[in-house]
Amino acid sequence: MPEEIKLMKGNEAIAYAAIRYGADGYFGYPITPQSEIMETLMDEMPWETTGMVVLQAESEVAAINMVYGGAACGKAVMTSSSSPGISLKLEGISYMAGAELPGLIVNVMRGGPGLGTIQPSQADYFQTVKGGGHGDYRLITLAPASVQEMADHVALAFDLSFKYRNPAMILSDGVIGQMMEKVKLPEQRARRTEDQVRQEQTWATLGKPDNRKPNIITSLELDSSVMEKNNQRFQAKYKLIEENEVIYEEINCEDAEYLIVAFGSAARISQKVVDLARAEGIKVGLFRPVTLWPFPSKRLNTYKDKVKGILTMELNAGQMIEDVKLAVECNVPVEHYGRLGGIVPSPTEVFEAFKSTFIK
Amino acid sequence: MDTKEIIKPENLVYQKPRLMNDNPMHYCPGCSHGVVHKIVAEVIDEMGLSEKTIGVAPVGCAVFAYNYLDIDWIEAAHGRAPAVATAAKRLNPDKMVFTYQGDGDLAAIGTAETIHACNRGENIVIVFINNAIYGMTGGQMAPTTLLDMKTATCPYGRNVALNGYPLKISDLLVQLEGTCLITRETVHTAAAIRKAKKMLRKAFENAMNKKGTSVIEFVSTCSSGWKMTPDQSNKWMVENMLPMYPLGVLKDKS
Repeated sequence: MPEEIKLMKGNEAIAYAAIRYGADGYFGYPITPQSEIMETLMDEMPWETTGMVVLQAESEVAAINMVYGGAACGKAVMTSSSSPGISLKLEGISYMAGAELPGLIVNVMRGGPGLGTIQPSQADYFQTVKGGGHGDYRLITLAPASVQEMADHVALAFDLSFKYRNPAMILSDGVIGQMMEKVKLPEQRARRTEDQVRQEQTWATLGKPDNRKPNIITSLELDSSVMEKNNQRFQAKYKLIEENEVIYEEINCEDAEYLIVAFGSAARISQKVVDLARAEGIKVGLFRPVTLWPFPSKRLNTYKDKVKGILTMELNAGQMIEDVKLAVECNVPVEHYGRLGGIVPSPTEVFEAFKSTFIK
Repeated sequence: MDTKEIIKPENLVYQKPRLMNDNPMHYCPGCSHGVVHKIVAEVIDEMGLSEKTIGVAPVGCAVFAYNYLDIDWIEAAHGRAPAVATAAKRLNPDKMVFTYQGDGDLAAIGTAETIHACNRGENIVIVFINNAIYGMTGGQMAPTTLLDMKTATCPYGRNVALNGYPLKISDLLVQLEGTCLITRETVHTAAAIRKAKKMLRKAFENAMNKKGTSVIEFVSTCSSGWKMTPDQSNKWMVENMLPMYPLGVLKDKS
């Protein structure tokens, strides 16, 4: 059978991948530049085929709390939004982390702050990997750099979120969401039956049989000594994720004298910058974190005695650069180049910035 | 009859509902929550729904409802219970899903979620406790606080110019096509409890029969928040709350 390859937008790939993953529900609210996700789902009517529930909520706040409710029942549920909408969802995300609920949140980032712009940006890095919502929690964060990864990360994010009972985010941006590329969609998987959910998610609130105690999904604990233990349990889990789930990509890094560190759409631009540099005989490599949390700090640390300089290229004022500096323990000069407010730089522009920073 | 005779099972006339566990309740003496919990537990058990029921607890005094009823519970963020219940029910259409919310949760911070869940006609029951005050946080003004009523955040009495009017949210929900049954009850007398339980059962039946959203408002007492004895609270409720929130069926198309 020939491979099934289709041409589509990143946002559409998210929708198709969710149906094919066997997701149980999607709850969302329209916002540019990600509305195609819900539009595609509504057009596909998966409730007629897989039984997946798709609902347009009255707000971002309602949508994330629908995800909370669905996840509490052990279901694979998701929402998607763009930056201002994600700000509204942070309450719910913090509650999900506190109640240890799985679930997928997609952020197709646009420029901020405030209502900002509908053009692409990566300015929600801090919001995503440093908290955003209240309390000591972590959000598993995947940064796709292609339409194919938009599709692939749906299953990866769901699987990780169920493995660790923690919400996971696909942190994309307007470039990856809107651009069209070829994509190979995953095979259709069946949605899990209630019996399977009851067996695998023994904590799920699906109605209490007489032979077990009530399942209670809550993030509340008024006894500080117990709440500290809960937090210690979360921290132990986060450590486990940091040890086991780091993903990154290295392009031309073996002999590199300089590194560009970039994620998502910035990594796509930077890949071309590496080619431009190599054509001029400058040994530049691209290091692309795929998981932004857990951050590939250990791997980046191995470059601290190998390279002369690192440029982080981000569509923001310099956010990931802090994690890169920590990773190399400031043993290497780390500089930042980025554009703000929805401007996407060209590879030539980035290459010139790189040269003026490190080559002179 | 001697004691031995009295305690024979066949002479039993009343017992704690099977679905109420032995955890000591944190509710204050004279509070309506305990009685409403009891009739919710009785209705679930009498309808044979204990293995199918998912309760959604609010933020407020009833945040710990999950400690008292022996069923599965989801504790929602403040005001978000109807959204949480929406997903729980849509993903599990054969389950009985209800929310249990206070006036601040339902009619202030969660107004949007309440109205839209009702407007979509979600097949859930909303148990609404209206005691005109924020109990858990120490007696602040609620959306349903009466005019001139004193609370910690309207210490000179609720004043229209400053605070607006008491929100009769159930009357507002009547206007929505998605609602099926809306009624206002109390639990301050045995007769009232019996009537309230009947309406609660009807609401649960509506949800299982997919007839839309049912809202049972309980005009309730908060002795601690009102700074009254339980007996004074009941009297004050009848004299002051009921004229603003009259009892009875506001809508029934079940």
